[in-house]
Amino acid sequence: MLEGIFIGLEAAFSIQNILMVVAGCLIGTFIGMLPGLGPMSIIAIMIPVAITLGDPAAALILLAGVYYGAIFGGSTSSILLNAPGVAGTVATSFDGYPMARKGQAGKALTIAAVASFAGGTIGAILLMIFAPALSSVALLFHSAEYFALMVVGLSAIAAFAGTGQVAKALMMTILGLILATVGEGALFNMPRFTMGLMDLQSGISFITLAMAMFALPEAMFLVLNPARGASNAEGGSNKITNLRFSREEGKAMIPVIGRQSVQGFFIGVLPGAGATIASFLGYAVERNIAKGEEQEEFGKGSVKGLAAPETANNAACTGSFVPLLTLGIPGSGTTAILLGALIALNVTPGPRLMTDTPEIFWAVIISMFIGNLVLLVLNLPLIPYIAKILSIPRNYLIPFILFFTLMGAYIGQNNSTELLLLVGLGVMATILRFADYPLAPLLIGFILGTMLEDNFARSMQLYRGLDFIIERPMTLGLLVLAGLLVLLPSYRTRRARKRAEGVADGD
Amino acid sequence: MALDRWIALIFVTFCCIYGYAAFFTMDQLLPPFMQRNPVWPSTFPKVLAVLGTIVGMIVLLGVEKAEDKDDAPSATEINYRRLGDYKIGQALMLLGLMVLYALMLRPAGFLISTTTFLVVGSTILGERKFHIMIPVAALATGFVWYLVQEVLGIFLRPFPFFMGM
Repeated sequence: MLEGIFIGLEAAFSIQNILMVVAGCLIGTFIGMLPGLGPMSIIAIMIPVAITLGDPAAALILLAGVYYGAIFGGSTSSILLNAPGVAGTVATSFDGYPMARKGQAGKALTIAAVASFAGGTIGAILLMIFAPALSSVALLFHSAEYFALMVVGLSAIAAFAGTGQVAKALMMTILGLILATVGEGALFNMPRFTMGLMDLQSGISFITLAMAMFALPEAMFLVLNPARGASNAEGGSNKITNLRFSREEGKAMIPVIGRQSVQGFFIGVLPGAGATIASFLGYAVERNIAKGEEQEEFGKGSVKGLAAPETANNAACTGSFVPLLTLGIPGSGTTAILLGALIALNVTPGPRLMTDTPEIFWAVIISMFIGNLVLLVLNLPLIPYIAKILSIPRNYLIPFILFFTLMGAYIGQNNSTELLLLVGLGVMATILRFADYPLAPLLIGFILGTMLEDNFARSMQLYRGLDFIIERPMTLGLLVLAGLLVLLPSYRTRRARKRAEGVADGD
Repeated sequence: MALDRWIALIFVTFCCIYGYAAFFTMDQLLPPFMQRNPVWPSTFPKVLAVLGTIVGMIVLLGVEKAEDKDDAPSATEINYRRLGDYKIGQALMLLGLMVLYALMLRPAGFLISTTTFLVVGSTILGERKFHIMIPVAALATGFVWYLVQEVLGIFLRPFPFFMGM
């Protein structure tokens, strides 16, 4: 392994390659801030540039830089505007945005940068150690287990909901799953619930729904109640003085980062799971582990709640390179595009990559370290300027938020019906927020819906019925876990209430 | 009945309609060879319709007791019972403006419709410094158009349709 690391260092530390990393990180960060352009589209756009470089190592290094930059850029818009442009940063907005509203935008961005850096770096170390062994474990997961894993993911959202909110959260999840069934399913080639509209044939796009669920209601709330925007000034956000987090907050973050970089990495290794599930699960786990007051903080600007998804999604991004580099199977949309780029450069990833062209394998891993470091060094000084976005006067900021929301939905689809759909869903989301329904579960249900159904259908076909639940112990175990996750919160409240009643009765 | 339970009622109704479509109308279109499959396009929607109805009923009937919260929303939250106290007119006008933008984006071209959207949007919110707003809007529109079309190569028609571009 040491020999490999040296080969990688030699390849990565040429002037050309360092320039590539810097350029990639910068491009990724800036484009990633635009909602609607996630890492996948940015990498797709950069592929022609990367291919003209001719050198596979340099091309991969550039693309890895773009990848990390884009994820960080995506977190920026989640934190500052509550407009997550990428599925993987939806969980970031849960605590990042409340923090920004308290006037701690600078601190939130710093925490995001540090957590991303730590997640990415620890992920890369794990990648070096575990890559060969993990590839065989990932193959043990069949569609039945994926189905069960996603049911666990969806049940974990019961953790997002506070006490007494579990049924509402489940209702929103099911609504999300229902929305995901609109359009042509991959396995059936048959349009469903399109109501005869051509525009719904390809389903509702993720970006449209994400914008409608988060950015639009937020903008509407800002319009309806000007006091809401003014609360920014409470902590003196116009000056953005406090970029740093305190020593206690740093201490609180360390165990979160430690746990989530490991958990995120291993979830990332599973093909198809990726950064989104890792960040949601990371958030849910940390929320459940936290005790008393700390748990109350979640959703209101908790340091742990921000650090957890940020660490997990970066670690998962690194983890998703494991199946790509060792098996040649892309685990996510982004790595699928990277696979395309590699093949165009005449490199075939797979079990032989490590032995045939070790310089590429190791150069990629080393470039991950450099990419993460460059990202941290470049972005920390930029944070005060990025956070200034919030001090733009309300009359200017709101039309621009609305415009970027609309643009995000439009760029991806080039279809103005999508914009009407966005406004309609946005109104629905605003009403749901009035009634205190959590919207995150809806979006999570929607994102996982297609994958969930595909894997469910595939296991049904393989086992010709529901037998897969009994025949595969891991599936059964995961499903039982999912059931426990749903029932546990209501059991806990019931017990707490009983106890409280007992005290009232005087025993 | 509180708003959240009205929503639950609407949701249960919606699930019934969705379920009706899944149970009774969808399978008629299924080609015979697919009927031998253990899983049909309507299988998953059927499951969802049943689950949705159950969960919706739980919320509707208030089976799960909510924690007693002191019902005094903070100054920054919205109390929907007093919607009239908020700037509902501005919000509705902005929504209308967004719909108009969606309809005008293609025929009027990106540059004109976006600049107009930004200027009218801030006017609705009460901005009257047009000498600042119009240049800012035009500049921002031009910048975004250049970035998306020229740098990223995603087509956005800049001018109105009759100008042939």
